[in-house]
Amino acid sequence: MTAAADRFLALEGLTKDFGATRAVDGISLDLRRNEFFALLGPSGCGKSTLLRMLAGFEAPTEGRILLDGQDITALKPERRPLNLMFQSYALFPHMTVARNIAYGLEMERLAKPEIAARVDEIMAVTDLAPFADRKPDQLSGGQKQRVALARALVKRPRVLLLDEPLGALDRKLRERMQLELKRLQHEVGITFVIVTHDQEEALVMADRIAILRDGRLLQCGTPEDVYQRPADRFVANFIGTMNFVPGVIDAGARFTAPAIDLAAPGAPPGRAVLAIRPEDVALAEPGAGIPATLRDIAYHGLDRVLHVTLSACGTPLQLRIPARADLTPAVGGTLHIALPPDRCTFFPD
Amino acid sequence: MPAFLRRPDPRALPALLWLVLFMVVPCLLLFAYAFFERGTWGGIVYTFTLGNFARVFDPLYAGVFLTSARIAATATAIALLIAYPAAYAISRAPRRRQPILLFFAVLPFWSNYLIRTYAWIVLLNREGLINSLLTSAGYTGEPLSMLYTEGAVIVGLVYNYLPFVILAIYSSLSRLDPQLAEASRDLGAGPVRTFLRVTLPMTLPGVAAGGVFIFVLSIGNFVTPALLGGGRFQMIGNLVYDQFLTANDWPFGAALGMILILLMLLLLTIQARLTDRAAGTRPPAREEAA
Repeated sequence: MTAAADRFLALEGLTKDFGATRAVDGISLDLRRNEFFALLGPSGCGKSTLLRMLAGFEAPTEGRILLDGQDITALKPERRPLNLMFQSYALFPHMTVARNIAYGLEMERLAKPEIAARVDEIMAVTDLAPFADRKPDQLSGGQKQRVALARALVKRPRVLLLDEPLGALDRKLRERMQLELKRLQHEVGITFVIVTHDQEEALVMADRIAILRDGRLLQCGTPEDVYQRPADRFVANFIGTMNFVPGVIDAGARFTAPAIDLAAPGAPPGRAVLAIRPEDVALAEPGAGIPATLRDIAYHGLDRVLHVTLSACGTPLQLRIPARADLTPAVGGTLHIALPPDRCTFFPD
Repeated sequence: MPAFLRRPDPRALPALLWLVLFMVVPCLLLFAYAFFERGTWGGIVYTFTLGNFARVFDPLYAGVFLTSARIAATATAIALLIAYPAAYAISRAPRRRQPILLFFAVLPFWSNYLIRTYAWIVLLNREGLINSLLTSAGYTGEPLSMLYTEGAVIVGLVYNYLPFVILAIYSSLSRLDPQLAEASRDLGAGPVRTFLRVTLPMTLPGVAAGGVFIFVLSIGNFVTPALLGGGRFQMIGNLVYDQFLTANDWPFGAALGMILILLMLLLLTIQARLTDRAAGTRPPAREEAA
């Protein structure tokens, strides 16, 4: 891939102050052409402000936005070849579905037949043809969401910005729309930038994820990167489920906690936490591992999640084991677990 | 018949009773008077006639209707042009500052109507404030005759009813989702086209409510034309006033009043239709059943 394609949409040191509050703090990111990119973080992390700066509704206090090498920082929203799908959808209540979708093309002063053709085309792709003459208040949540998507996509933007696009949908519909959006993005070949607070959504849909907290960029990488190699303790905790065991790393790079003594190569000495995913914790032969008390078993179909507390220090821990695996102790009994060193990550505490 | 009249909620009875006794019954009496003849020295002779309504269309009186409609329409247009930007500015101000701005917009209304109107006499007359200021600014021509003109009447009407027009438009604007305008900008419309295609159509119910309000109150107004028009401008209100209190022709006054009331009902109906048709304000079907 060429360097230009790697820097299709470049954010350079974007900062946004609201009065004394710094909502976005020096974020630099390079987005690739045709990638599905997620801005992920808890509410108040600055992801929506970042998106609004990309759309042109907020002027950055500092920094630049480059699209295909061209500085678009000062362009008004109506002049940017980017379109935003609003979280509330923001459909025009006084227009039919077809008029809503045609609106953006009418603003480009395209010929009527071309507008009609493109509106019909996008309504076919998004299964909206039967609702063309309805008003937004006669549509279900899922239908409104598709109109909002169609209204933005029909403009054939260089980048489509999506602000929590699935937030208002129920779980079943949300899961279906996650795959639907991903398929659509692949089909239309447009760069998608999605803002979400739902880490699962980001992992399922995005090619790459940027994780934000308090206006700062913590990590940017593929779903596998951020899941397997979290940059810090916050990311480790925010993405998926993570066990943390507090302890100390000594000068010889060994992590010790009650009944635990593990090599922690390269980790600096001091107070530290050991981080390990539930699926990486293993069951050990009696006497060979770390003793723990079984507190609860949660059945998840394919596998079971065991909630245990370490006998020596009382730290709670989760293990994810296949549902068919033999399990000797009952709830309240003692079992032994192992923490494979290559699966452990250490963060300063 | 509206549902609330077919089976009135007992809690609405006091208000309903009030309305029937002091609004509906007097209006019906007035309506009845309009079909009788006047007595030689005033009073009413109970002989049926349509003559009063025929007189309304006498060019002399029809002309008064037209003048009144023109003055009211001009006042309405001017008030809308002033009120819309004002209401827009208030609705875009920080939310906690909006009540105080609205308070200032409505403030003149809390003073006495007559005093406010007299204040305009002080401003507009030949030795008034405006002419004095012009003179001291070096203007040497004849003092401007602003008082007792149609313009003075229009200024008075606009001034007196502007607060209501601002309130009506503001209530529409403040309910408008600001993201709709953003969506319009995002889809490629500049500020002007966003206003014409999204903001204005969405706030038309407020414009209609404010417009009908000032038009109806202006066309029937008789204090402002009497004071600022100096009696030289007969509006329907003055005509009705004269029939009841000077000419002692109650039946003709009643006929004029009826025409005025019917005109008002017609305009209010049109305005209600407009509000109904505006998308987003009509409750979805499932809520109507509740």
